[in-house]
Amino acid sequence: MSFSLLRDVAKPILSGFSITAKRLRNEKVTIQYPDEYREQYPRTRWRHFLVRYDSGLEKCIGCSLCAGACPARCIYVEAAENTDEARYSPGERYAARYEINMIRCIFCGFCQEACPTGAIVLRKNFELADYRREDFIYTKERLLEEYPGQHNEPFKGQK
Amino acid sequence: MPRKIETIALHDSSTPQFGDIEKGGNVVVTSVETLLNQARANSLWPLTFGLACCAIEMIAVAGARFDIARFGSEAFRATPRQADVMIIAGRLSKKMAPVLRQIYDQMPEPKWVISMGACASSGGVYNNYAIVQGTDQVVPVDVYVPGCPPSPDALIYAIMQLQAKIKRSKAKTFKDLRLSEAANPRTLESVK
Repeated sequence: MSFSLLRDVAKPILSGFSITAKRLRNEKVTIQYPDEYREQYPRTRWRHFLVRYDSGLEKCIGCSLCAGACPARCIYVEAAENTDEARYSPGERYAARYEINMIRCIFCGFCQEACPTGAIVLRKNFELADYRREDFIYTKERLLEEYPGQHNEPFKGQK
Repeated sequence: MPRKIETIALHDSSTPQFGDIEKGGNVVVTSVETLLNQARANSLWPLTFGLACCAIEMIAVAGARFDIARFGSEAFRATPRQADVMIIAGRLSKKMAPVLRQIYDQMPEPKWVISMGACASSGGVYNNYAIVQGTDQVVPVDVYVPGCPPSPDALIYAIMQLQAKIKRSKAKTFKDLRLSEAANPRTLESVK
């Protein structure tokens, strides 16, 4: 049995690691997610927002077309009449209650398409995981933006 | 008749008594638990439980682009005996539910469950006779992930949430450390 240290040990190791050394120059593909966020596709649909007009009035008029279009039946809208003392939206009615079961929602965007006033939009904030089921019922308080144009501002990590 | 409390008042926190660890030595238990929680949270081995299309995103998480190995969870186990966290990826049919429960029971303590996607968490669009409307009817779920399917980064966020939950947990007695099944036999109440 002939045994050569150079031929049987060193050469295979060197030839093997030469491939590793070549790959070291390659571009790094991993996204270091909590530190850096990847660029989402332009039509990515995640968290819902209820939008306001520039005047501060809500766009939602409580017509329930979003609830009708929803294939998962996860939207609940309860409308109420606007009065001169309490005016929430320009139309006759506004959404007194607007709830989305975020855990049943499939983020298809049909509600956004169905909405005649563009009141509900889906944005790219995907960090929605939580511990309790009850926390996934997004009420109007959580969905409605606080001031006009808030939904257009980039959230944490958005490119 | 009220139970007598004999030992706790005698203990000084600076001198933990090892022989009486179940009744007193909270200092030892919490110190050990901090160490254990770090180890447990940073090596969560998932159980391969892809039931539907969400499994594709779960596979993508293990790939190079998202790389779940950065969180110590790259070792997807095919046997429940070696797994720490069960990622239920996909809709759970009523016929599959007993199987899911049995596999969950076969996992050793400590164990956690991530319900991935709308179908696993609540039934999603499949509100019909065949699909379980939420896997928390079968197993206790720790983290729910909305989405249809959740993108890989959304699942990574859920794993980070689970790690935070594990690191937060507080043990009061030796049993809470969940070091062995024999010391802490599971009952129906403890699972709830």
